[in-house]
Amino acid sequence: MTEVSVAEEDAVATDELVVLKSVNKHFGALHVLQDIDLTIARGEVVVVIGPSGSGKSTLCRTINRLETVDSGTITIDGRPLPQEGRELARLRADVGMVFQSFNLFAHKTVLENVTLAQIKVRRANKQQAQEKARALLDRVGVGAQADKYPAQLSGGQQQRVAIARALAMDPKVMLFDEPTSALDPEMINEVLEVMQQLARDGMTMIVVTHEMGFARSAADRVVFMADGRIVEQAVPEQFFSNPRSDRAKDFLSKILHH
Amino acid sequence: MFDFLEGYDVLGAFWTTVQLTALSAVGSLVWGTLLAGMRVSPVPLMRGFGTAYVNIVRNIPLTVIIVFSSLGLADIFGVTMGASDDFKLQGFRLAVLSLSAYTAAFVCEAIRSGINTVPVGQAEAARAIGLSFSQSLRLIVLPQAFRAVIAPLANVLIALTKNTTVAAAIGVAEAATLMKTMLENEAQTIAVGALFALGFVVLTLPTGLLLGWVGKRMAVKR
Ligand SMILES: Nc1ncnc2c1ncn2[C@@H]1O[C@H](COP(=O)(O)OP(=O)(O)OP(=O)(O)O)[C@@H](O)[C@H]1O
Ligand SMILES: [Mg+2]
Repeated sequence: MTEVSVAEEDAVATDELVVLKSVNKHFGALHVLQDIDLTIARGEVVVVIGPSGSGKSTLCRTINRLETVDSGTITIDGRPLPQEGRELARLRADVGMVFQSFNLFAHKTVLENVTLAQIKVRRANKQQAQEKARALLDRVGVGAQADKYPAQLSGGQQQRVAIARALAMDPKVMLFDEPTSALDPEMINEVLEVMQQLARDGMTMIVVTHEMGFARSAADRVVFMADGRIVEQAVPEQFFSNPRSDRAKDFLSKILHH
Repeated sequence: MFDFLEGYDVLGAFWTTVQLTALSAVGSLVWGTLLAGMRVSPVPLMRGFGTAYVNIVRNIPLTVIIVFSSLGLADIFGVTMGASDDFKLQGFRLAVLSLSAYTAAFVCEAIRSGINTVPVGQAEAARAIGLSFSQSLRLIVLPQAFRAVIAPLANVLIALTKNTTVAAAIGVAEAATLMKTMLENEAQTIAVGALFALGFVVLTLPTGLLLGWVGKRMAVKR
Protein backbone atom coordinates (compact mmCIF):
# COMPACT_ATOMS: atom_id res chain seq x y z
CA MET A 1 0.00 0.00 0.00
CA THR A 2 3.00 2.28 -0.31
CA GLU A 3 1.75 3.62 -3.64
CA VAL A 4 -1.28 5.07 -1.92
CA SER A 5 0.76 7.15 0.50
CA VAL A 6 2.94 8.44 -2.33
CA ALA A 7 -0.13 9.50 -4.25
CA GLU A 8 -1.48 11.26 -1.20
CA GLU A 9 1.72 13.20 -0.64
CA ASP A 10 2.19 14.72 -4.05
CA ALA A 11 -1.43 15.22 -4.93
CA VAL A 12 -3.46 16.57 -2.05
CA ALA A 13 -5.32 19.07 -4.19
CA THR A 14 -5.88 16.68 -7.09
CA ASP A 15 -6.76 13.65 -5.02
CA GLU A 16 -10.38 14.09 -6.03
CA LEU A 17 -10.52 13.05 -9.66
CA VAL A 18 -14.22 13.14 -10.45
CA VAL A 19 -16.51 15.44 -8.49
CA LEU A 20 -20.26 15.83 -9.04
CA LYS A 21 -21.98 18.56 -7.05
CA SER A 22 -25.79 18.87 -6.82
CA VAL A 23 -26.27 17.47 -10.29
CA ASN A 24 -29.82 17.45 -11.60
CA LYS A 25 -31.15 16.17 -14.88
CA HIS A 26 -34.60 15.72 -16.38
CA PHE A 27 -35.86 13.78 -19.36
CA GLY A 28 -39.00 15.80 -19.95
CA ALA A 29 -41.07 15.36 -16.79
CA LEU A 30 -38.85 12.57 -15.48
CA HIS A 31 -36.33 13.74 -12.88
CA VAL A 32 -33.62 11.12 -13.64
CA LEU A 33 -30.81 12.58 -11.53
CA GLN A 34 -31.78 14.30 -8.31
CA ASP A 35 -29.18 16.31 -6.41
CA ILE A 36 -26.35 13.89 -7.05
CA ASP A 37 -23.22 14.54 -4.98
CA LEU A 38 -20.45 12.10 -5.69
CA THR A 39 -16.68 12.30 -5.33
CA ILE A 40 -14.33 9.72 -6.74
CA ALA A 41 -10.73 9.71 -5.63
CA ARG A 42 -7.77 8.98 -7.86
CA GLY A 43 -7.27 5.22 -8.06
CA GLU A 44 -10.64 4.46 -6.54
CA VAL A 45 -12.94 1.78 -7.94
CA VAL A 46 -16.61 2.58 -7.46
CA VAL A 47 -19.39 0.20 -8.35
CA VAL A 48 -22.81 1.72 -9.02
CA ILE A 49 -25.80 -0.56 -8.58
CA GLY A 50 -29.53 -0.07 -8.37
CA PRO A 51 -32.81 -1.11 -9.95
CA SER A 52 -33.49 -0.65 -13.65
CA GLY A 53 -34.37 2.92 -14.52
CA SER A 54 -32.75 4.37 -11.42
CA GLY A 55 -30.43 6.57 -13.52
CA LYS A 56 -27.15 4.63 -13.41
CA SER A 57 -26.44 4.86 -17.13
CA THR A 58 -27.45 8.49 -17.21
CA LEU A 59 -25.07 9.22 -14.33
CA CYS A 60 -22.25 7.51 -16.18
CA ARG A 61 -23.01 9.35 -19.39
CA THR A 62 -23.11 12.78 -17.78
CA ILE A 63 -19.51 12.30 -16.62
CA ASN A 64 -18.22 12.56 -20.19
CA ARG A 65 -21.11 14.75 -21.26
CA LEU A 66 -22.77 12.28 -23.58
CA GLU A 67 -25.74 13.63 -21.60
CA THR A 68 -25.88 17.26 -20.52
CA VAL A 69 -27.07 18.19 -17.03
CA ASP A 70 -29.70 20.78 -16.09
CA SER A 71 -27.93 22.10 -13.02
CA GLY A 72 -24.97 21.38 -10.78
CA THR A 73 -21.30 20.96 -11.67
CA ILE A 74 -19.09 18.12 -12.76
CA THR A 75 -15.31 18.45 -12.60
CA ILE A 76 -12.68 16.04 -13.83
CA ASP A 77 -9.26 16.45 -12.29
CA GLY A 78 -10.17 19.91 -11.03
CA ARG A 79 -11.53 21.16 -14.36
CA PRO A 80 -15.22 21.69 -15.04
CA LEU A 81 -16.70 19.89 -18.03
CA PRO A 82 -16.38 22.18 -21.06
CA GLN A 83 -19.22 23.04 -23.43
CA GLU A 84 -19.45 21.37 -26.83
CA GLY A 85 -16.32 21.80 -28.96
CA ARG A 86 -12.58 21.07 -29.06
CA GLU A 87 -12.17 21.37 -25.29
CA LEU A 88 -14.87 18.82 -24.69
CA ALA A 89 -13.33 16.40 -27.18
CA ARG A 90 -10.01 16.70 -25.37
CA LEU A 91 -11.64 15.97 -22.05
CA ARG A 92 -13.50 12.97 -23.42
CA ALA A 93 -10.21 11.53 -24.57
CA ASP A 94 -9.18 11.51 -20.90
CA VAL A 95 -12.32 9.67 -19.85
CA GLY A 96 -12.52 6.14 -21.20
CA MET A 97 -15.95 4.66 -21.74
CA VAL A 98 -17.00 1.06 -22.19
CA PHE A 99 -20.56 0.45 -23.36
CA GLN A 100 -22.90 -2.44 -22.78
CA SER A 101 -23.14 -3.03 -26.53
CA PHE A 102 -19.38 -2.64 -27.19
CA ASN A 103 -19.89 -0.13 -30.03
CA LEU A 104 -16.70 -1.08 -31.84
CA PHE A 105 -16.39 0.77 -35.16
CA ALA A 106 -17.97 -1.77 -37.50
CA HIS A 107 -16.09 -0.74 -40.65
CA LYS A 108 -12.64 -0.80 -39.03
CA THR A 109 -10.45 -3.75 -38.05
CA VAL A 110 -9.73 -4.47 -34.41
CA LEU A 111 -6.30 -2.90 -34.77
CA GLU A 112 -7.73 0.20 -36.47
CA ASN A 113 -10.32 0.51 -33.71
CA VAL A 114 -7.50 0.82 -31.19
CA THR A 115 -5.19 3.05 -33.26
CA LEU A 116 -7.74 5.47 -34.72
CA ALA A 117 -8.09 7.92 -31.85
CA GLN A 118 -4.42 7.67 -30.92
CA ILE A 119 -3.63 8.97 -34.41
CA LYS A 120 -6.52 11.41 -34.86
CA VAL A 121 -6.80 12.78 -31.33
CA ARG A 122 -3.41 12.23 -29.71
CA ARG A 123 -1.52 12.79 -32.98
CA ALA A 124 0.60 9.68 -32.46
CA ASN A 125 2.36 8.39 -35.55
CA LYS A 126 0.95 5.27 -37.12
CA GLN A 127 3.73 2.93 -36.12
CA GLN A 128 3.78 3.96 -32.47
CA ALA A 129 0.00 3.72 -32.37
CA GLN A 130 0.10 0.20 -33.79
CA GLU A 131 2.76 -0.94 -31.35
CA LYS A 132 0.78 0.39 -28.45
CA ALA A 133 -2.42 -1.12 -29.82
CA ARG A 134 -0.85 -4.55 -30.18
CA ALA A 135 0.54 -4.39 -26.66
CA LEU A 136 -2.90 -3.46 -25.29
CA LEU A 137 -4.64 -6.14 -27.34
CA ASP A 138 -2.17 -8.68 -25.94
CA ARG A 139 -2.83 -7.39 -22.47
CA VAL A 140 -6.57 -8.01 -22.78
CA GLY A 141 -5.93 -11.34 -24.50
CA VAL A 142 -7.10 -10.66 -28.05
CA GLY A 143 -3.77 -9.99 -29.74
CA ALA A 144 -4.42 -12.76 -32.28
CA GLN A 145 -7.58 -11.04 -33.56
CA ALA A 146 -5.93 -7.75 -34.53
CA ASP A 147 -6.72 -7.94 -38.24
CA LYS A 148 -10.30 -9.16 -37.97
CA TYR A 149 -13.44 -7.05 -38.10
CA PRO A 150 -15.55 -6.65 -34.95
CA ALA A 151 -18.39 -8.79 -36.34
CA GLN A 152 -16.00 -11.75 -36.59
CA LEU A 153 -15.32 -11.72 -32.82
CA SER A 154 -17.32 -13.12 -29.92
CA GLY A 155 -19.01 -10.68 -27.57
CA GLY A 156 -16.41 -11.21 -24.88
CA GLN A 157 -13.61 -10.56 -27.35
CA GLN A 158 -15.35 -7.45 -28.68
CA GLN A 159 -15.76 -6.05 -25.19
CA ARG A 160 -12.09 -6.63 -24.42
CA VAL A 161 -11.17 -4.81 -27.63
CA ALA A 162 -13.43 -1.96 -26.51
CA ILE A 163 -11.51 -1.82 -23.23
CA ALA A 164 -8.21 -1.74 -25.13
CA ARG A 165 -9.57 1.01 -27.37
CA ALA A 166 -10.36 3.15 -24.33
CA LEU A 167 -7.04 2.37 -22.64
CA ALA A 168 -5.13 3.45 -25.73
CA MET A 169 -5.92 7.06 -24.82
CA ASP A 170 -4.27 6.69 -21.39
CA PRO A 171 -7.48 7.80 -19.69
CA LYS A 172 -7.50 9.24 -16.19
CA VAL A 173 -10.72 7.46 -15.40
CA MET A 174 -12.68 4.62 -17.00
CA LEU A 175 -16.47 4.44 -17.09
CA PHE A 176 -18.12 1.04 -17.55
CA ASP A 177 -21.86 0.89 -18.20
CA GLU A 178 -22.95 -2.70 -17.61
CA PRO A 179 -20.01 -4.08 -19.60
CA THR A 180 -21.03 -7.72 -19.17
CA SER A 181 -24.83 -7.49 -19.46
CA ALA A 182 -24.90 -8.23 -23.17
CA LEU A 183 -22.57 -11.23 -22.87
CA ASP A 184 -23.25 -14.95 -22.79
CA PRO A 185 -22.51 -16.29 -19.30
CA GLU A 186 -19.34 -18.11 -20.34
CA MET A 187 -17.81 -14.85 -21.59
CA ILE A 188 -18.52 -12.71 -18.58
CA ASN A 189 -15.49 -13.84 -16.63
CA GLU A 190 -12.93 -13.09 -19.33
CA VAL A 191 -14.11 -9.47 -19.31
CA LEU A 192 -14.34 -9.23 -15.52
CA GLU A 193 -10.80 -10.56 -15.21
CA VAL A 194 -9.49 -7.79 -17.45
CA MET A 195 -11.36 -5.24 -15.35
CA GLN A 196 -10.07 -6.74 -12.13
CA GLN A 197 -6.52 -6.49 -13.41
CA LEU A 198 -7.12 -2.86 -14.34
CA ALA A 199 -8.37 -2.16 -10.84
CA ARG A 200 -5.28 -3.79 -9.35
CA ASP A 201 -3.11 -1.65 -11.61
CA GLY A 202 -4.57 1.43 -9.96
CA MET A 203 -6.99 2.65 -12.65
CA THR A 204 -9.77 4.94 -11.41
CA MET A 205 -12.99 3.19 -12.37
CA ILE A 206 -16.71 3.85 -12.20
CA VAL A 207 -18.52 0.62 -12.96
CA VAL A 208 -22.24 0.14 -13.36
CA THR A 209 -22.74 -3.59 -12.90
CA HIS A 210 -24.82 -6.23 -11.22
CA GLU A 211 -21.85 -8.57 -10.89
CA MET A 212 -21.67 -8.81 -7.13
CA GLY A 213 -18.54 -10.94 -7.24
CA PHE A 214 -16.72 -8.14 -9.03
CA ALA A 215 -18.07 -5.54 -6.61
CA ARG A 216 -16.90 -7.57 -3.60
CA SER A 217 -13.44 -8.33 -4.91
CA ALA A 218 -12.50 -5.17 -6.83
CA ALA A 219 -14.55 -2.24 -5.58
CA ASP A 220 -13.46 0.20 -2.90
CA ARG A 221 -17.00 1.50 -2.59
CA VAL A 222 -20.51 0.60 -3.66
CA VAL A 223 -22.94 3.37 -4.57
CA PHE A 224 -26.58 2.35 -4.49
CA MET A 225 -29.01 4.38 -6.62
CA ALA A 226 -32.79 4.35 -6.70
CA ASP A 227 -35.21 6.74 -8.41
CA GLY A 228 -32.48 9.12 -9.49
CA ARG A 229 -30.91 9.48 -6.05
CA ILE A 230 -27.86 8.07 -4.35
CA VAL A 231 -29.58 6.28 -1.50
CA GLU A 232 -26.63 4.68 0.18
CA GLN A 233 -22.88 4.17 -0.22
CA ALA A 234 -20.49 1.98 1.68
CA VAL A 235 -17.55 -0.39 1.32
CA PRO A 236 -18.74 -3.56 -0.43
CA GLU A 237 -18.54 -5.88 2.57
CA GLN A 238 -20.67 -3.58 4.68
CA PHE A 239 -23.13 -2.83 1.88
CA PHE A 240 -23.80 -6.44 1.01
CA SER A 241 -23.90 -7.86 4.53
CA ASN A 242 -25.54 -4.96 6.26
CA PRO A 243 -27.40 -2.51 3.99
CA ARG A 244 -28.99 0.33 5.91
CA SER A 245 -31.80 1.57 3.66
CA ASP A 246 -34.95 -0.38 2.97
CA ARG A 247 -34.56 0.19 -0.76
CA ALA A 248 -31.14 -1.44 -0.70
CA LYS A 249 -32.34 -4.34 1.44
CA ASP A 250 -35.24 -4.90 -0.91
CA PHE A 251 -33.03 -4.70 -4.00
CA LEU A 252 -30.39 -7.04 -2.59
CA SER A 253 -32.94 -9.62 -1.50
CA LYS A 254 -34.22 -9.69 -5.08
CA ILE A 255 -30.90 -10.08 -6.86
CA LEU A 256 -29.15 -12.32 -4.34
CA HIS A 257 -31.91 -14.89 -4.34
CA HIS A 258 -31.10 -15.95 -7.89
CA MET B 1 -35.28 7.95 -92.56
CA PHE B 2 -33.24 10.12 -90.23
CA ASP B 3 -33.28 13.13 -92.49
CA PHE B 4 -35.23 15.12 -89.90
CA LEU B 5 -31.96 15.31 -87.98
CA GLU B 6 -30.34 17.42 -90.64
CA GLY B 7 -29.25 20.85 -89.50
CA TYR B 8 -29.64 20.12 -85.80
CA ASP B 9 -26.80 19.65 -83.33
CA VAL B 10 -28.41 16.90 -81.24
CA LEU B 11 -25.14 15.69 -79.79
CA GLY B 12 -24.14 19.23 -78.87
CA ALA B 13 -27.43 19.75 -77.05
CA PHE B 14 -27.02 16.52 -75.12
CA TRP B 15 -23.44 17.49 -74.34
CA THR B 16 -24.78 20.63 -72.68
CA THR B 17 -27.20 18.43 -70.72
CA VAL B 18 -24.30 16.23 -69.60
CA GLN B 19 -22.31 19.28 -68.52
CA LEU B 20 -25.25 20.73 -66.62
CA THR B 21 -25.78 17.40 -64.91
CA ALA B 22 -22.16 16.75 -64.02
CA LEU B 23 -21.42 20.22 -62.64
CA SER B 24 -24.68 20.37 -60.73
CA ALA B 25 -24.08 16.86 -59.37
CA VAL B 26 -20.71 17.91 -57.96
CA GLY B 27 -22.12 21.15 -56.57
CA SER B 28 -25.13 19.49 -54.98
CA LEU B 29 -23.12 16.60 -53.51
CA VAL B 30 -20.72 18.97 -51.80
CA TRP B 31 -23.37 21.41 -50.59
CA GLY B 32 -25.81 18.61 -49.72
CA THR B 33 -23.19 16.81 -47.60
CA LEU B 34 -22.46 20.04 -45.74
CA LEU B 35 -26.19 20.56 -45.18
CA ALA B 36 -26.53 17.01 -43.86
CA GLY B 37 -23.65 17.71 -41.47
CA MET B 38 -25.50 20.79 -40.27
CA ARG B 39 -28.73 18.88 -39.77
CA VAL B 40 -27.09 16.39 -37.38
CA SER B 41 -24.78 18.96 -35.76
CA PRO B 42 -24.86 19.61 -32.02
CA VAL B 43 -25.07 23.37 -32.67
CA PRO B 44 -28.76 24.41 -32.67
CA LEU B 45 -28.19 27.34 -35.05
CA MET B 46 -26.70 25.07 -37.72
CA ARG B 47 -29.43 22.48 -37.25
CA GLY B 48 -32.00 25.24 -37.63
CA PHE B 49 -30.41 26.57 -40.80
CA GLY B 50 -30.12 23.10 -42.34
CA THR B 51 -33.72 22.24 -41.56
CA ALA B 52 -35.05 25.57 -42.81
CA TYR B 53 -33.03 25.37 -46.03
CA VAL B 54 -34.18 21.87 -46.88
CA ASN B 55 -37.82 22.53 -46.10
CA ILE B 56 -37.95 25.76 -48.06
CA VAL B 57 -35.88 24.82 -51.09
CA ARG B 58 -37.36 21.39 -51.79
CA ASN B 59 -40.87 22.81 -51.68
CA ILE B 60 -40.30 25.46 -54.32
CA PRO B 61 -40.77 24.31 -57.92
CA LEU B 62 -37.43 24.14 -59.72
CA THR B 63 -38.75 26.30 -62.54
CA VAL B 64 -39.43 29.09 -60.06
CA ILE B 65 -35.92 28.81 -58.65
CA ILE B 66 -34.31 28.91 -62.09
CA VAL B 67 -36.43 31.77 -63.34
CA PHE B 68 -35.81 33.65 -60.12
CA SER B 69 -32.07 33.17 -60.44
CA SER B 70 -32.23 34.59 -63.93
CA LEU B 71 -34.64 37.46 -63.37
CA GLY B 72 -33.88 38.12 -59.70
CA LEU B 73 -30.22 37.32 -59.19
CA ALA B 74 -28.92 38.34 -62.57
CA ASP B 75 -31.20 41.16 -63.72
CA ILE B 76 -31.95 42.85 -60.40
CA PHE B 77 -28.99 42.10 -58.14
CA GLY B 78 -26.46 41.87 -60.95
CA VAL B 79 -25.20 38.42 -60.04
CA THR B 80 -23.94 37.40 -63.44
CA MET B 81 -21.60 34.60 -62.41
CA GLY B 82 -18.61 36.29 -64.02
CA ALA B 83 -20.24 36.36 -67.44
CA SER B 84 -22.05 39.68 -67.76
CA ASP B 85 -21.40 39.98 -71.52
CA ASP B 86 -21.96 36.39 -72.53
CA PHE B 87 -25.66 35.83 -72.02
CA LYS B 88 -25.47 32.13 -72.91
CA LEU B 89 -22.67 31.41 -70.47
CA GLN B 90 -24.44 33.40 -67.79
CA GLY B 91 -27.61 31.36 -68.27
CA PHE B 92 -25.64 28.13 -68.12
CA ARG B 93 -23.89 29.08 -64.89
CA LEU B 94 -27.08 30.32 -63.27
CA ALA B 95 -28.70 27.02 -64.23
CA VAL B 96 -25.86 25.08 -62.57
CA LEU B 97 -26.19 27.25 -59.45
CA SER B 98 -29.95 26.76 -59.28
CA LEU B 99 -29.81 23.02 -59.96
CA SER B 100 -27.10 22.60 -57.32
CA ALA B 101 -28.97 24.61 -54.70
CA TYR B 102 -32.19 22.72 -55.41
CA THR B 103 -30.73 19.21 -55.67
CA ALA B 104 -28.61 19.75 -52.54
CA ALA B 105 -31.80 19.68 -50.45
CA PHE B 106 -32.53 16.18 -51.74
CA VAL B 107 -28.92 15.04 -51.42
CA CYS B 108 -29.01 16.26 -47.83
CA GLU B 109 -32.09 14.22 -47.03
CA ALA B 110 -30.68 11.11 -48.73
CA ILE B 111 -27.49 11.37 -46.69
CA ARG B 112 -29.36 12.11 -43.50
CA SER B 113 -31.54 9.03 -43.94
CA GLY B 114 -28.32 7.06 -44.47
CA ILE B 115 -26.84 8.51 -41.30
CA ASN B 116 -29.95 7.37 -39.46
CA THR B 117 -29.24 3.76 -40.42
CA VAL B 118 -25.93 3.86 -38.50
CA PRO B 119 -26.53 2.79 -34.88
CA VAL B 120 -26.24 5.76 -32.47
CA GLY B 121 -23.70 3.75 -30.46
CA GLN B 122 -21.17 4.27 -33.27
CA ALA B 123 -21.31 8.05 -32.99
CA GLU B 124 -21.36 7.87 -29.19
CA ALA B 125 -18.28 5.69 -29.09
CA ALA B 126 -16.57 8.08 -31.50
CA ARG B 127 -17.38 11.09 -29.36
CA ALA B 128 -16.57 9.26 -26.14
CA ILE B 129 -13.07 8.53 -27.34
CA GLY B 130 -12.37 12.18 -28.08
CA LEU B 131 -13.08 12.56 -31.80
CA SER B 132 -14.55 15.95 -32.68
CA PHE B 133 -17.97 16.18 -34.26
CA SER B 134 -16.59 16.51 -37.78
CA GLN B 135 -14.12 13.67 -37.22
CA SER B 136 -16.90 11.41 -35.94
CA LEU B 137 -18.94 12.25 -39.00
CA ARG B 138 -16.12 11.84 -41.52
CA LEU B 139 -14.32 8.84 -40.04
CA ILE B 140 -17.07 6.81 -38.41
CA VAL B 141 -20.60 7.73 -39.43
CA LEU B 142 -20.46 8.75 -43.10
CA PRO B 143 -18.38 5.76 -44.26
CA GLN B 144 -20.98 3.46 -42.71
CA ALA B 145 -23.88 5.55 -43.96
CA PHE B 146 -22.50 5.50 -47.51
CA ARG B 147 -23.94 2.13 -48.47
CA ALA B 148 -27.41 3.07 -47.31
CA VAL B 149 -27.08 6.37 -49.16
CA ILE B 150 -26.20 4.92 -52.57
CA ALA B 151 -29.68 3.89 -53.73
CA PRO B 152 -31.50 7.10 -52.75
CA LEU B 153 -28.58 9.11 -54.10
CA ALA B 154 -28.84 7.35 -57.46
CA ASN B 155 -32.50 8.42 -57.57
CA VAL B 156 -31.53 12.00 -56.80
CA LEU B 157 -28.91 12.04 -59.57
CA ILE B 158 -31.31 10.54 -62.09
CA ALA B 159 -33.90 13.15 -61.16
CA LEU B 160 -31.19 15.80 -61.55
CA THR B 161 -30.39 14.62 -65.07
CA LYS B 162 -34.02 15.00 -66.06
CA ASN B 163 -34.40 18.26 -64.15
CA THR B 164 -31.73 19.88 -66.32
CA THR B 165 -34.48 20.25 -68.94
CA VAL B 166 -35.93 23.03 -66.81
CA ALA B 167 -32.91 25.14 -67.76
CA ALA B 168 -34.72 25.59 -71.08
CA ALA B 169 -36.85 28.13 -69.25
CA ILE B 170 -33.95 30.57 -69.20
CA GLY B 171 -32.75 29.76 -72.68
CA VAL B 172 -29.92 27.31 -72.03
CA ALA B 173 -29.41 25.34 -75.20
CA GLU B 174 -29.70 21.86 -73.70
CA ALA B 175 -31.54 18.85 -75.05
CA ALA B 176 -35.10 19.90 -74.21
CA THR B 177 -34.64 23.30 -75.82
CA LEU B 178 -33.55 21.66 -79.04
CA MET B 179 -36.38 19.14 -78.85
CA LYS B 180 -38.89 21.96 -78.66
CA THR B 181 -37.37 23.65 -81.72
CA MET B 182 -37.36 20.39 -83.68
CA LEU B 183 -40.94 19.58 -82.72
CA GLU B 184 -42.00 22.94 -84.05
CA ASN B 185 -40.15 22.54 -87.35
CA GLU B 186 -40.33 18.85 -88.20
CA ALA B 187 -43.18 16.60 -89.16
CA GLN B 188 -41.87 13.41 -87.46
CA THR B 189 -42.88 14.44 -83.96
CA ILE B 190 -43.01 10.90 -82.62
CA ALA B 191 -39.55 10.11 -83.89
CA VAL B 192 -38.20 13.34 -82.38
CA GLY B 193 -39.82 12.57 -79.03
CA ALA B 194 -38.52 9.01 -79.05
CA LEU B 195 -35.03 10.20 -79.92
CA PHE B 196 -34.84 12.52 -76.93
CA ALA B 197 -36.45 10.03 -74.56
CA LEU B 198 -33.83 7.49 -75.63
CA GLY B 199 -31.11 10.06 -75.13
CA PHE B 200 -32.11 10.60 -71.52
CA VAL B 201 -32.35 6.89 -70.81
CA VAL B 202 -28.85 6.47 -72.19
CA LEU B 203 -27.67 9.18 -69.80
CA THR B 204 -29.47 8.00 -66.67
CA LEU B 205 -29.25 4.22 -66.97
CA PRO B 206 -25.49 3.98 -66.32
CA THR B 207 -25.83 6.20 -63.23
CA GLY B 208 -28.27 3.78 -61.64
CA LEU B 209 -26.31 0.68 -62.67
CA LEU B 210 -22.94 2.05 -61.56
CA LEU B 211 -24.17 3.23 -58.17
CA GLY B 212 -26.06 -0.01 -57.61
CA TRP B 213 -22.86 -1.94 -58.27
CA VAL B 214 -20.85 0.30 -55.94
CA GLY B 215 -23.49 -0.11 -53.24
CA LYS B 216 -23.30 -3.91 -53.38
CA ARG B 217 -19.53 -3.82 -52.96
CA MET B 218 -19.66 -1.49 -49.98
CA ALA B 219 -21.32 -3.84 -47.50
CA VAL B 220 -20.43 -3.11 -43.87
CA LYS B 221 -20.24 -6.29 -41.83
CA ARG B 222 -22.12 -6.07 -38.60
N1 LIG C 1 -32.72 9.64 -23.92
C1 LIG C 1 -33.70 9.46 -23.03
N2 LIG C 1 -34.88 10.10 -23.20
C2 LIG C 1 -35.89 9.94 -22.31
N3 LIG C 1 -35.82 9.17 -21.22
C3 LIG C 1 -34.68 8.50 -21.00
C4 LIG C 1 -33.57 8.61 -21.89
N4 LIG C 1 -32.57 7.83 -21.43
C5 LIG C 1 -33.04 7.26 -20.30
N5 LIG C 1 -34.30 7.66 -20.04
C6 LIG C 1 -35.11 7.28 -18.88
O1 LIG C 1 -34.41 7.70 -17.72
C7 LIG C 1 -34.53 6.73 -16.69
C8 LIG C 1 -33.14 6.34 -16.22
O2 LIG C 1 -32.49 5.67 -17.28
P1 LIG C 1 -31.08 5.00 -17.12
O3 LIG C 1 -30.77 4.38 -18.44
O4 LIG C 1 -30.12 5.97 -16.59
O5 LIG C 1 -31.37 3.90 -16.03
P2 LIG C 1 -30.45 2.70 -15.55
O6 LIG C 1 -30.36 2.82 -14.08
O7 LIG C 1 -29.20 2.68 -16.32
O8 LIG C 1 -31.34 1.46 -15.90
P3 LIG C 1 -30.91 0.02 -16.48
O9 LIG C 1 -30.47 -0.80 -15.29
O10 LIG C 1 -32.18 -0.48 -17.07
O11 LIG C 1 -29.83 0.24 -17.49
C9 LIG C 1 -35.34 5.59 -17.26
O12 LIG C 1 -36.66 5.71 -16.81
C10 LIG C 1 -35.26 5.78 -18.75
O13 LIG C 1 -36.42 5.33 -19.37
MG1 LIG D 1 -28.37 1.42 -17.81
